Amino acid sequence: MNKIVQINSDQVEDVGSLYAARKKVYPQSVFGTFRRIKWSLMAFCLSVYYLLPFVRWNRGLGAPDQAVLIDLPNSRFYFFFIELWPQEVYYFTGLLIIAALTLFLMNAVGGRIWCGYLCPQTVWTDLFYAVERLIEGDRRERMRKAASADPLKLERISEIMLKHSIWLLIAWWTGGAWVLYFTDAPTLMKELVTFQAPAIAYIWIAILTATTYLLAGFMREQVCVYMCPWPRIQAALTDEWALNVTYRYDRGEKRRSVKKANELRALGLPAGDCVNCYQCVAACPTGIDIRNGPQIDCIQCGLCIDACDNVMKKIGRPTRLIGYDNDINIQRRMAGKPPIYGIVRPRTIIYTALIALVGGIMLYALLTRSLLDINVLHDRNPVAVKLSDGSIRNAYTVRFLNKRGFDRVVTIDVDGPPDAVLHVVGDDSITPDRPMVVLGRDSTTELRVLVTAPSEKNSERSIPIKFRITDIGLGEVASAIDNFVLP
Amino acid sequence: MAESELDKVSGKTTTGHQWDGIKELNTPLPRWWLITFYATILWAIGYWVVYPAWPLLWSYTRGALNYSTRAAVAVELANLQKIRGDKMIALGAASLADIEKDPALLALARARGKAAFGDNCAPCHGSGGAGAKGYPNLNDDDWLWGGSLDQIVQTIQFGARSGHTKTHEGAMLAFGKDGILKPDEIGTVANYVRSLSGLSTRQGYDGAAGAKIFVENCTSCHGEAGKGNQELGAPNLSDKIWLYGSDEATLIETITIGRAGVMPAWVGRLDPSTIKALAVYVHTLGGGK
Repeated sequence: MNKIVQINSDQVEDVGSLYAARKKVYPQSVFGTFRRIKWSLMAFCLSVYYLLPFVRWNRGLGAPDQAVLIDLPNSRFYFFFIELWPQEVYYFTGLLIIAALTLFLMNAVGGRIWCGYLCPQTVWTDLFYAVERLIEGDRRERMRKAASADPLKLERISEIMLKHSIWLLIAWWTGGAWVLYFTDAPTLMKELVTFQAPAIAYIWIAILTATTYLLAGFMREQVCVYMCPWPRIQAALTDEWALNVTYRYDRGEKRRSVKKANELRALGLPAGDCVNCYQCVAACPTGIDIRNGPQIDCIQCGLCIDACDNVMKKIGRPTRLIGYDNDINIQRRMAGKPPIYGIVRPRTIIYTALIALVGGIMLYALLTRSLLDINVLHDRNPVAVKLSDGSIRNAYTVRFLNKRGFDRVVTIDVDGPPDAVLHVVGDDSITPDRPMVVLGRDSTTELRVLVTAPSEKNSERSIPIKFRITDIGLGEVASAIDNFVLP
Repeated sequence: MAESELDKVSGKTTTGHQWDGIKELNTPLPRWWLITFYATILWAIGYWVVYPAWPLLWSYTRGALNYSTRAAVAVELANLQKIRGDKMIALGAASLADIEKDPALLALARARGKAAFGDNCAPCHGSGGAGAKGYPNLNDDDWLWGGSLDQIVQTIQFGARSGHTKTHEGAMLAFGKDGILKPDEIGTVANYVRSLSGLSTRQGYDGAAGAKIFVENCTSCHGEAGKGNQELGAPNLSDKIWLYGSDEATLIETITIGRAGVMPAWVGRLDPSTIKALAVYVHTLGGGK
């Protein structure tokens, strides 16, 4: 049965509504260690993203000289000395596994390091906040301006216009850098400014300008709180040893004013270090109170640590009332024991070992991969043909892959059915019994190959046959196995 | 709808829904998230207006753009023909021998030839050209009317016994039906034909009589050693390939009623470059001379 309960409206945040109004966040500027780390990482990440397409890498004549290039029309991926073909995308699988494991390792050591310092959403939002702060002033000023009921003055309008223009400029540059990864960057740059670039380039720039502008300018922390799956996964993956941005309530509680705390300490009584100044809340880019404990909304950027440290220095108390810590140490300190930091523990060892293993496998596969390959497809209809002299012929479609940046000549031979003779359709080379084929650089060549063998020496219904190609210059060898079938 | 109430533990209200006493906390979505959801619904309605959407009894709503996948396919096909047109002109201009020397032209001719073969030739010769009883296998090296590129083109263009003025003519006589040979003579010469390619002969068969009958009746077309004659489409009787079969009963049937397989003429039905592509395709199946 439904019980009817009387509720006072002041007890309830948002009675019956299915909406949660967003509380706009106005983070205050902070100075300190973590702010410096964040500035440096932002500068590093953005420089890599914006400048990488312009790095050159010589691959010889006729090949693209861009260090990092996703060449979709020719289906090639270039990364410095690596060139991948479409059938080698499994390297990306390995890369994704390593990325996931690195994320897990970061989480096991220091919580949401990715979220707080490296995630594009964080980096660009931080950059947009910096622009906002520069133009509209710090937290209080922005809050005052937002709350102001006065009609807009020219000064305020120009401020808003300037902010959005700079935001759009950054967003446009972000989208612009993205398309440079897909074709020769200097050429495309030239085409873009002279309005001769293909429409698709402008469309992608427009799309990415819009997403950057929206995600970093407006949606901001909501992406982390509502859209991103990682906070949920992270909460399930973490353990009691992981260091997270933590309010050390053993030191902080009970919260009192500075004056009251000093009075208590003068009497030799215990007093908490937290003075309820709310600087940690003011600095937070997701608008939370870290003192409520670990929470999904916290991206662990460490800015509250800086904010709190600055206050602690001013009131002459030890810093790091908020710091990278865990509940185990809080309990230990409360029990009068020294804190311990279990960074090396089974979990981190396993993650590190797995990263090394997957990385090792990938490296081995990359270093030993073949740059010459052959695929054979047996004719299905007919599988075998009887010739007028009674011998048997099978036809194969043979595809050669030359992954090197130059043309090469290979000889083909087969091994398997006794007295088998090879013929390449269209071949009129001087060595018909061991045909030579020219393979164009960085491409595939497809040929029809006929294998004929006398039937009296081959009584089996199906004989394994090995096609082997040998580069006559480099001596590189590749082979493929198929079957020679008798009717 | 039940009343919403305050949950003391979380400090939130419930939605009022209840299942066996289990209540649901009200955890609202942000407004913009819901607006996005409604926007997708509006988008769908826009789709109904713009594109074909609702089935009617005998028709459907066509939408403001009047878009039709069928029309889009027609446009694509026209474009394809245009692209192919240029390439097929190149194919038509190249000589037969040059096509097989040029890997790009060879690939084009084989692709076009394979498609045309599937559409026009496969009903008799099979999708891979392997043939059947009475329909020659085009993969082997045994040719009734010749296996060079020019000869293949000739055969495709005008067919065999097709009625076209330039067609391959000549048929095997019905030696038994027309009373030229008696049944026991047919049996004897059938065994002689088997012996030409080293096949076993019936016990008590008279080889000398067989040779005599063969020389008198068969050599004018099949040659003295039974090697055949491509001018007349007379098959080689001394090899291992048999169009209708090599057993005694089949040979007796062949000699009794005669054989005259028919292939239609394709000139006029297929354009010259397609016939060229077909010839190259058949030639490169493996048996080309």
